[in-house]
Amino acid sequence: MQDSILSRTLWLLKSADSGLWEVVGLSLRVSGTAVLISCAFGFILGGVLATTRFRGRSAIHIFLNASMSMPPVVVGLIVYMLLSRSGPLGWLGLLYTPTAMIIAQTLLITPLIAALSRQIIEDLFNEYAEQFASMRLSFFKKIRATLWDARFSLLTVALAGLGRSLSEVGAVIIVGGNIEHLTRVMTTAIALETSKGDLPMALALGAILLTIALLINTLLSMLNLSARRFAYA
Amino acid sequence: MKMNNNLTLKALAALFTIASSISAHADTLLVQSTTSTANSGLYKYLKPILKADTGIELNVVAVGTGQAIKNARNCDADILLVHSKESEEALVADGYGVKRFDLMYNDFIIVGPSNDPASVSGSSDVTASLLKIAQSQSTFASRGDDSGTHKKEIKLWDGANVDIDTASGHWYRSMGSGMGATLNAAVGMSAYALTDRATWISYNNKSDFKILVEGDNKLFNQYGVMLVNPEKCGNVNAHTGQQFIDWLRSDTGQNAIAKFSIDGQQLFFPNAN
Amino acid sequence: MHNKLQVAEALKPKYSDSSSALKDPAAIIELRNVRYSSQAKLLLKNIDLKISRGGITAVMGYNGAGKSLLIKILHGILQADTGDVLWDGELANSSQKQSEAQKQAMVFQKPTLLRRSVKANLMFSLNKQTKLSAIEKCVALLDLVRLAHLADNPARRLSGGEQQRLALARALASKPDVLFLDEATASLDPASASVIEDIVIKQKQQGVKIIMVTHDVAQAERLADDVILLHRGEVVEQALASCFFNNPKTQVAKAYLSGQLWND
Repeated sequence: MQDSILSRTLWLLKSADSGLWEVVGLSLRVSGTAVLISCAFGFILGGVLATTRFRGRSAIHIFLNASMSMPPVVVGLIVYMLLSRSGPLGWLGLLYTPTAMIIAQTLLITPLIAALSRQIIEDLFNEYAEQFASMRLSFFKKIRATLWDARFSLLTVALAGLGRSLSEVGAVIIVGGNIEHLTRVMTTAIALETSKGDLPMALALGAILLTIALLINTLLSMLNLSARRFAYA
Repeated sequence: MKMNNNLTLKALAALFTIASSISAHADTLLVQSTTSTANSGLYKYLKPILKADTGIELNVVAVGTGQAIKNARNCDADILLVHSKESEEALVADGYGVKRFDLMYNDFIIVGPSNDPASVSGSSDVTASLLKIAQSQSTFASRGDDSGTHKKEIKLWDGANVDIDTASGHWYRSMGSGMGATLNAAVGMSAYALTDRATWISYNNKSDFKILVEGDNKLFNQYGVMLVNPEKCGNVNAHTGQQFIDWLRSDTGQNAIAKFSIDGQQLFFPNAN
Repeated sequence: MHNKLQVAEALKPKYSDSSSALKDPAAIIELRNVRYSSQAKLLLKNIDLKISRGGITAVMGYNGAGKSLLIKILHGILQADTGDVLWDGELANSSQKQSEAQKQAMVFQKPTLLRRSVKANLMFSLNKQTKLSAIEKCVALLDLVRLAHLADNPARRLSGGEQQRLALARALASKPDVLFLDEATASLDPASASVIEDIVIKQKQQGVKIIMVTHDVAQAERLADDVILLHRGEVVEQALASCFFNNPKTQVAKAYLSGQLWND
């Protein structure tokens, strides 16, 4: 079986017409877009929670932490019910499209990114608080400097989000439908091959997913390292 | 931060492009299908023939029959292609399906480990075989997911007067999974399982498993196709959908289905007329 | 405290303007009846204090006397529970108003540097100026604190002494009229401490008011023009440095200067 997995992996990589790159590309596009949108929302939400005090703040905090453990299937179901033709947003015609998958993954990872970034921003913001007060910085300038100085830690948060979204199958298979050439991504393809009993193919796809995750993480941690060496500590 | 904003905007723009490019195709049909037809590769085989003949493209969502019917009830389909005649007729009666057509058939089989602890190998009497499995308390893996195959299996147990509810969790294992996952589990725990022949032929993880029971008339597996009712669901692409059903039922379509085979074995037998 | 009035009198005569009881032109900062408590403990008790313009004022006292609280209230980064802070005789309880009235900066005992290079830390505080003049000033300040060779290093990788010198350079970047030092040399090696002391003296000569908390009696003797002694949240002695060190008036001051613990 090991031989078979290796040869399947190589065969997959060699045969450009296997649709592999299409599936890989869609995975990256869907998860990448979801992470970008989640970061836009999550960093703002995390930043607000980290730097302001208001009623209900700790309730939101608890809710965010709890929703980090939300099963992807449940998120998928919620999005399915919203986007279904019989649901409130059915008129958009988004179910079984990559957009629906992006929406589901955005909902899935925004709490993760918000909760993790809140912790990072709050720690740094508190650390800088007295110095910034002494400098008489405006609230906006304090936030800007904190976010900038936390950027590499926040990049790690984004990577955690990318990891969760690239690896989840529960949400995308429900709202995407695993349609060939349209909404099939790495994880749903793996689920399909598993259900066909083609385990070597499923594992070959898994190996490719892992390789991609390794590549992305290596690239970003190299970037991170060189940046740290330069000025960030 | 500025860069981030830009990226977000670009991402949003990309989203809308994706969204609009998908709903644009009038000749594309959304098919809610049972897994056996999809996983066996039938659509992959039919698609280019259909495209060349009619210009129609298919987007196939492959789920269990129960789920497919629910999705159709939610108007999330143009076409429903499943294998549970009673549920399909109920859907038409409720007004969600226009008209149900017989399309093709194959048969169910019982597969199991070659050591065959219940000694059912070679039998063509499914009722007697199930009784033997129950009496010997041999492990049996059930779909347990309200699919067409699952509904068929329950009917067969009823026919053999076996109370599977009490046995559930003991020798009877309700997997709550698709056909492939259930077969994987059956192979993993040397359990018997009921499957449609198409899925079995295209299934790649057979190990020492064999077809043990086949050929009983009760194991007949009829596939039906219907158009989701545009009067209930305004989004249904009725014209193209009807064109697709007509094509499937035409000589061209039926011949194409008949010619689909894996390892020289025909998987589906057309019977539209 | 019987001697408080005496001290105030001693400080006043040269500048005292009898026509205005409210405004004292000699005082750059004045505290009136300032109280501060935390967790039901009164840490600063009704402090009345005038700090004279120019020169170096040393704030001394045992641990827990309230020195850091006092200097933070003076600096405006801590709000007193009651009482007024006046700058040049103007009420300045909101920090915004205070910064308009007076340019001020503070060096903390433990510097908080940004996660950036040494240079970028300085540029951050020079950002109100044009890029070119900011770079010039940055170079000059780095020379002043002898960190030019480390300009591109991560600030947080510097040694304690280097970090504190950078913190001082950053404080000077805003060209303060008043510079607060909260035990700024407390944990530094003598070389770094002496660099900082030299710069502080130069700043004083250029007319910058220095208010420093220090435990180092020798350093206070070297630098201070006048001394405030805090004890258990109260000002027990405020005197010219020569008077304070040669002829302390209170038992607390005598004990403190001779290095004895205070026991009631």
